[in-house]
Parts: sequence; structure tokens; C-alpha cells
Amino acid sequence: MNMAAEEKKSDGAVPTVPAIETEPLITARNVDVFYADKQALNGITLDIPANKVTSLIGPSGCGKTTFLRCINRMNDLIDICRVEGEIKIGGQDIYDPKVDVVSLRAQVGMVFQKPNPFPKSIFENVAYGPRIHHLVKSKGELKDVVERSLSKAGLLEEVHDRLDDPGTGLSGGQQQRLCIARAIAVEPKVILMDEPCSALDPIATARIEELIDELRENYTIVIVTHSMQQAARVSQQTAFFHMGNLVEAGKTEQIFTTPQDPRTESYITGRIG
Amino acid sequence: MQHINITNTRGPRPLEQALKITMVACSVIAIIITIGIVLSLAFEAYRFFQLVSLQDFLFGTKWSPQTAIRSDQVGAEGSFGAIPLITGTLLISAIAMATATPLGLASAIYLAEYASPTTRNVVKPLLEILAGIPTVVYGFFAALTVAPMIRWTGTEIGLEVASESALAAGLVMGIMIVPLISSLSDDVINAVPQSLRDASLGLGATKSETIRRVVLLSAFPGIAGSLLLATSRAIGETMIVVMAAGMAANLTANPLQAVTTITVQIVALLTGDQEFESAKTLSAFALGLLLFTITLVLNVVAQKIVNHFSEQYD
Amino acid sequence: MTDFTVKTPALKRRHAAEKRFQWYGLGSIIIALGFLLLMVGSITIKGIGAFTQTRVALEIELPSNEFNLNDLKATNYGAIVKKALRNAFPDVTKRRDKRKLYGLVSPYASFELQKMVIEDPALIGKTTKIWFVASDDVDMYIKGNVDTSIDEKSRKFSDKQIAWVEEIQKKGDLEKVFNSGFFTGGDSREPELAGILSAFMGSALSLSVCFLLSFPIGIFAAIYLEEFAKKNRWSALIEININNLAAVPSIVFGLLGLAVFLNVFGLPRSSPLVGGMVLSLMTLPTIIIASRASLRAVPPSIREAALGIGASQVQAAFHHVVPLALPGMLTGAIVGMARALGDTAPLLMIGMVAFIVDIPTGVLDKATALPVQIFLWADSPERGFMEKTSAAILVLLVFLVLMNLVAIILRRKFEQRF
Repeated sequence: MNMAAEEKKSDGAVPTVPAIETEPLITARNVDVFYADKQALNGITLDIPANKVTSLIGPSGCGKTTFLRCINRMNDLIDICRVEGEIKIGGQDIYDPKVDVVSLRAQVGMVFQKPNPFPKSIFENVAYGPRIHHLVKSKGELKDVVERSLSKAGLLEEVHDRLDDPGTGLSGGQQQRLCIARAIAVEPKVILMDEPCSALDPIATARIEELIDELRENYTIVIVTHSMQQAARVSQQTAFFHMGNLVEAGKTEQIFTTPQDPRTESYITGRIG
Repeated sequence: MQHINITNTRGPRPLEQALKITMVACSVIAIIITIGIVLSLAFEAYRFFQLVSLQDFLFGTKWSPQTAIRSDQVGAEGSFGAIPLITGTLLISAIAMATATPLGLASAIYLAEYASPTTRNVVKPLLEILAGIPTVVYGFFAALTVAPMIRWTGTEIGLEVASESALAAGLVMGIMIVPLISSLSDDVINAVPQSLRDASLGLGATKSETIRRVVLLSAFPGIAGSLLLATSRAIGETMIVVMAAGMAANLTANPLQAVTTITVQIVALLTGDQEFESAKTLSAFALGLLLFTITLVLNVVAQKIVNHFSEQYD
Repeated sequence: MTDFTVKTPALKRRHAAEKRFQWYGLGSIIIALGFLLLMVGSITIKGIGAFTQTRVALEIELPSNEFNLNDLKATNYGAIVKKALRNAFPDVTKRRDKRKLYGLVSPYASFELQKMVIEDPALIGKTTKIWFVASDDVDMYIKGNVDTSIDEKSRKFSDKQIAWVEEIQKKGDLEKVFNSGFFTGGDSREPELAGILSAFMGSALSLSVCFLLSFPIGIFAAIYLEEFAKKNRWSALIEININNLAAVPSIVFGLLGLAVFLNVFGLPRSSPLVGGMVLSLMTLPTIIIASRASLRAVPPSIREAALGIGASQVQAAFHHVVPLALPGMLTGAIVGMARALGDTAPLLMIGMVAFIVDIPTGVLDKATALPVQIFLWADSPERGFMEKTSAAILVLLVFLVLMNLVAIILRRKFEQRF
């Protein structure tokens, strides 16, 4: 993928949020989201850099998950939800009517709050994506993809001898890593994570955080998190949402040490949230 | 110190006691009915098996329960082999299930996953009407309209179709069962957690891929349970087959021929004049016992599966 | 990054599969509802004619010498009607043709005439124009149900008869009127006279017995199981029993009724009493299940409030919980009764399948029921009975719709409460 070439195609508007070092892969401009008549997001403009972890933080109900679900158009599933504004990934407007959500979601994977393995074997869980997208031609190739994905997700060692056991039989942390393996088996460019550790114990959380750091090399990761410590540990860029507005975004270090907005400061010091 | 009296000052309450005893008695009636069914069927069937051996009944392939006018008549015994009735019942039920399963499941999937709330609110009650129509009406329609239609179509394409073909009765029975399957499956499909759908859609699966590979897979035990319940319903259905299937106890798997069923024979044996001691009349109770056993087993298994399924996603 | 808008052949195939899949669902619904429309539609078209009836007028001579004023029943009214027909068509002379001519009016015409004369003896000695119920064949011809294109030999209604009917019609002596007899008469061998009142009364009596038995027992059982019973092996056994009874084929209840109610208890065969008892066996599980659901829907806070001010458990249940749950219980009962109204098989087992002309007035009279009447008429070969069958089905469906409407209205009201 040629980022520079892609960038030329985009409108090149100056982002209100300072881009950090690398070119942004995802650019959101004036994104409004409505649930029926209720506005959930007000004019979000944000750049998300490639091969970095961007965390979205903020109190509950601030719209961070809503924004995350806009990036792979999971909000399409909610009938009353309406998205306005523009989100581009690699220069392509993903809300263009010509866009095929199926191929969009194949490249923008998602990991959910609660681990949600299918009631199938571990192998079949990971093989699901490659199968439906016809990414592999032979059984052997499929086995390779599954094992590679499990290994990238740091799960292969624990499960290599029981790939045919049901995925639902794993521990919570293992299930979540299985879901990550399932997402990367499709070879997405972006992985969206919606509070992936909120249902896990601290040890399992640490394991996932480590994994996120490793995955950054090959994927662009956007993570919604409730925990500021987690945002500080795993992300390079942080965006703070409050009541449907993007209050502040920038390098994680800077957000946590010298926040510009008083609301951000209140939140990270624990006064709102 | 203030004294608070918390001993019973009102004395025993005879009215409440009587009420409680009445309520217990009413609940026990459910058990009494079951025992009543089993005992009455078993007792009459026992008398039947003193005249005809259990083996002849269960494995005999000829059913012709004629009663003799004189006891010394040739063939006065009649033959009571239930095999043709069992196969006939299974044939018609199989046709019914083959009709109802795809229609009911596809309707349930459409209603649960695709239909707008407005469509759902209109279609669901309409399907319930289909379930509320008495089976005697289905029987009338099957005998008067569907059977001649099938016969005519068969003749046009050069097939020989009996006027009371198993196909006509089975098809109409299938339509009758559609709402049963669709409403049970609808519940089951709705019980599948949304998170599983999200996971699949988030991986870029289309909606139908998600439904076929994830939703139906998760709902499978529940759907299997509802199909078993529907089968039990088909096997016990009486009026449609009485009116649209024949009396001829043919041992055949050809849906274009006439077959008879357990329920049809029970009705035939017990309506009209009957002498109570004859093997002919008693055989109806043996058939009833057979029917009760088959449907009971199906229901118990189905309920076990469905309960297990609903616990899984609670 | 690959282009999100590119539709590879594989992707196109997947989207096509998606479309197809949706169509299967929609198609299935259309097939099921289409069948419903076809069935109800064709029965309506066939049955609607039964609500009207063809009548013909004849000039009836009642010569006083044929009547004994002390015994008006002794006169041969049939002969008088026949004579009137002969007078109307004096050219008819052959015996065979005469018989066909007599077949224009219902065999019941002589009874109609007798009734009229007894009510109004002043008619005697005069010639009066009197309207009679036309025979089934005439009725069917007038309603356009006789296919005149087929060969005369293979149809019941001959060309001669058609000519006579046309002549009567030209004179204005033929009319189509509302068939009130269909709603006020009992069964008959003659389709033009058959009515549903006897069957309707049979159903009404059976359902009354069924309701009186199953509703109190059902709600008491439900209250006990929901409010009092401890969760132990006994209550589990009762629960399993109820669920299984709800799925037992209805004909099995009929067998129980035959073996126990008729043969052991010796209750009268064919009576609405036994019919209602058998039906109540079937409705009981439905009522118990629905009643328990509606008891469960009453918020526990109401129980706690009553117990908290010192009400006993029985008082809390019967003063506070049951009144709130009652509409829901009634809804369940009505749904169960509606099902019982349509059920046929168990009634066949206990002999409610007889030919009943008289209107039953008590639960011990011989009776039949609406769906059984439908079954009986459906078996009759006359074309007129097909019309009657369809009409009886329409009446049955109207009652079912009414009962379900009441249930729906009750449920709506009930739902708004909490």
C-alpha cells in the first residue's frame, strides 16, 4: 500500500487535530451521529495514524463506542441510526454509496467488549473469516492461516493440541485472544477494539495489552477503553470524548501530562467520569 | 417495656386451610388425568392383547379389522398388524414436515432477522390465524380442493394419483404446522445473543452468511426441539387425515397412493356401531396407546432439548 | 488498502446469495399466507350462497272437503302440493316427468303447508299463493352451481326441470331470500333444510360445561403452583405433567372419555356433558400455563406490600395478586375455549357424531357440535351440503375470530396495567 499516493487523492484539508509523525490512515471530518432525533456525536474531526494505537477515552455515554462503530459501519445495523459527515480510510470515503460494507469490514476488523466466540471449535472460529471471504484455496492453506493467526494472537501455544475443542470452553482471556485471532485471520488493515478487557481479570488484561502492543507493528489499532491507565499503557495517541464531542486529541503523553482543555483535566484527575 | 404480641391471635383459619386443600387437589388433577389416560388405554389395550398377540400387532403387516357377522365365519378374526398404519402415519408426517420445515424456518428467519417491525406486527398475527383455524377446515379444504388439484396435475403429467393421496393430506398438514414451527423457531432465533451476530458481521460476513453459519448453528438445538414438537403434532393430527387420507391400509412409501394412519383407524373403529368386547373395538385403544407413547416420547425429548437450550443463553 | 467499492465476482456471488436467502424467507411467508387466503377465500365463495335460499310460489287449492277440522294433521298435504305443481304445468303427463316436477319443491313443503293451515284454518276452502322452499336441485341451479354444458344424462338436474324453473321465474314466482332456516333449524337429510342451530347449541352447551370445569380448576391449580407450591419433586412432576398434557393429541383425550366417562361412569353417550368434560381435559393445561404466566407478570412488590402489612399468604394471593392476574387468566381461558370450539376428534370418540335434528336444550340431551357438523356435512355427497359445509365453516370462523378478538382486547387492557 502506498500511503503517499493515497494521501494525494484525499482532499488534503488541514486537520484540526495535529497529526503525529506518520500520515493518518483514517480521517474523520465533521462526523455527526443521530439515534432517531437524538444526536449522539457532534462534528467529530479526528485523524488516526497508521500502525499506531489510538485510544478513545471518556465517561460512559460520551460517544466513543458510537464513533468506533462508525469506522466499520457497524452502526448500519441499527435502523434508527444515521451518520453524517465524512470518514475516509486510506483516502476512500467509507460512507460512499458505492462502498461494499462486506469488503470494508473485511479490512476493518472488530473485537468486542465481551468475548463472543462462535459455538464452534477453536479452529472453526478462526477459519470462519477466511472461509467466508474465500481467502484460502486449500485445507492446508487454511490450517496455516489459522495457526498463524492464533500464534499472532499469542494463543497457539496454549491451544495447539485442542484446536477441535469448542471455543466457548476457553477462559475469558483466552476467548478474547481467540476473537482477536479470528479478526486478524481475515488480514485486516485496521482493528477496532471496544473495551476488549472490560470483562477480564488483571492478568488476562495484561496479556491482551501486551498483544495489542505487538500487533501495532502490522495493524492500525483503535481502542475504546474505560481505563485511563490502559490508554496510557497501550496507546500512542489519545482522543478524549465528552458528551458527544471530541474535546481533545493528541499524543497520549501530552494528553495525560499537559491537557489543554479543563474538561480533559477533570476527567484524568478523576473529577468527572 | 412495651409488649408486642406476635403469637397467633386469630386462631387456625379453616377457610384458608380448605382453600389450600382445594388448590392442591386442583393441581393434582393434572397428574390424575395423565394416570387416567395411561390406565384407561393400558387396560383396554391389555384386553386387546389377550385376543391378539403383541407381536402380531407391532410387527404384522396386514391391517383389516373386519368383524365377523357370525363367529364361525372364515377370517372372522381379522388381522391387526399395525405396520401399515405406522408407515402411513410416518409417510404423511414426513410429507408434512418436509413442507413445513423449510417454510416455517424461512418465515421465522425472515421475521426475526429481516422484517421491519411493521411487517412483523402484521405477518405474525396472520400466521397465528393459520394456527387457529380448526383442523376440520383444513381437512375439508384438503379433500375438496387440494386432493383433486394434485390428482389433476398428476394426470396431466402422466402420473397415477389416488384420489385420497398421502401427498394431499401431508401438504395441507404441513401448511397447518408452519405457524407452529415458525413461532417456536422465532423465539429460539431471537434468543441467540446479538454479540454473536456482531462478531460475524464485524468480520465482513453478509447477513445471510451470519444467519446460516452462526445464528442457525447456535439455535440448532432449540430448532431441533421445535421440529420434534411439530412432528409429534403431525403424528397426532386427526381430522385432516380422516377427511383427506384414505382408509386403505397400504404398505407403501409412494406419496401418490392412499395410505391410512393410526388416528384415522381409531376414528373408523370407534365411530358408528360398536360392540365393546370385540377385538376390533379394543384395537382402537391399542392404537391409542401406541400413539400416546410415540407422541409422549417426542414431547419429552423435545422439551428437554428446548429447556437445555434456553438455559444456555439465559 | 484495497478499494472498498470493487465488487469481485466472489463478492457478487455472495451478495446474490444474500438476496436469494431473503427471498426464500419472504417467499415462504407469501406461500403460507397465500394458502390461508386461498383456503378462506374459496370456502367463503362456496359458502356464501348458503345464506340465501330459493323459494317458489304455488297456487295452492285447499278444498274444504279434504279437511277434517278436528284433525288438521290427517290431510295429505303432500298430495295438495303435488296437485298444485301439476296445475301449474298441465302439459306434464308422463309418470317420470311428474316425479321430476315434484322434485322442484323441497319434500318439506307439505310440512310447511300443514303448519300454515293449522295456524290459520281460514285458508281452507280458498286458493292461495304460497311460497315454498325450493328443492336443493333448484336452489343449486338458481345459484349457478349446475353446469349446463355437460351432457344431460350425467347431471341430476334435467333440461326439462330447467325449463320449468325458467318458466316459474318468468312468472315472478321464484325468489331468493335470506336463509333464516340455516340459523334456526337442526340437521336434515335435505340440504335445503339443514340448519346449524342444533350443532351450535351442542357446541355452546359443551363449551359451557368445559368452561365451568376447566376455568376454576385451572386457575386454582395455577395459583397453587405459582404462589404456594414449594419447588420440589412433586411440583416438578406436576409441571412436567401439565406441559406434556398440553401436547397430547386430542384424540387420546377422546379415548379417555370413552373408556372412563362413558364406560366406567356410565354417563350418557353423545351428550354435551361428556363433550364438555373431554374438552376440559384439553383446555386445562392451556389455562394453567396461561394463568401461571399472568400470575408471574404481577410484580413481586404487590405480594410484598400485602405480606408487609400482615396479610396471610392466602390473603395476599387472593386479595391482591389474583385480581390483577385475572384478566390474563381469562384471556388464557378464552384462547383455550376457542381451541376447544374447533376441536373435532375427541367428540367423535364419545359419540357426538350423530344425526341430530332436535335442538338440544340440556347437557344430557343427544347433541353434536359445530365442527362435527362440518365433518358430517363434508361427507355428504349432495352439492347442497358442500355449500352448507362451507357456510358452517364460515360461522365457526366468525365465532373463533370473535373469541380471539375478546382475548386480544383483554390482553391489551391487561398489558397497559403494569
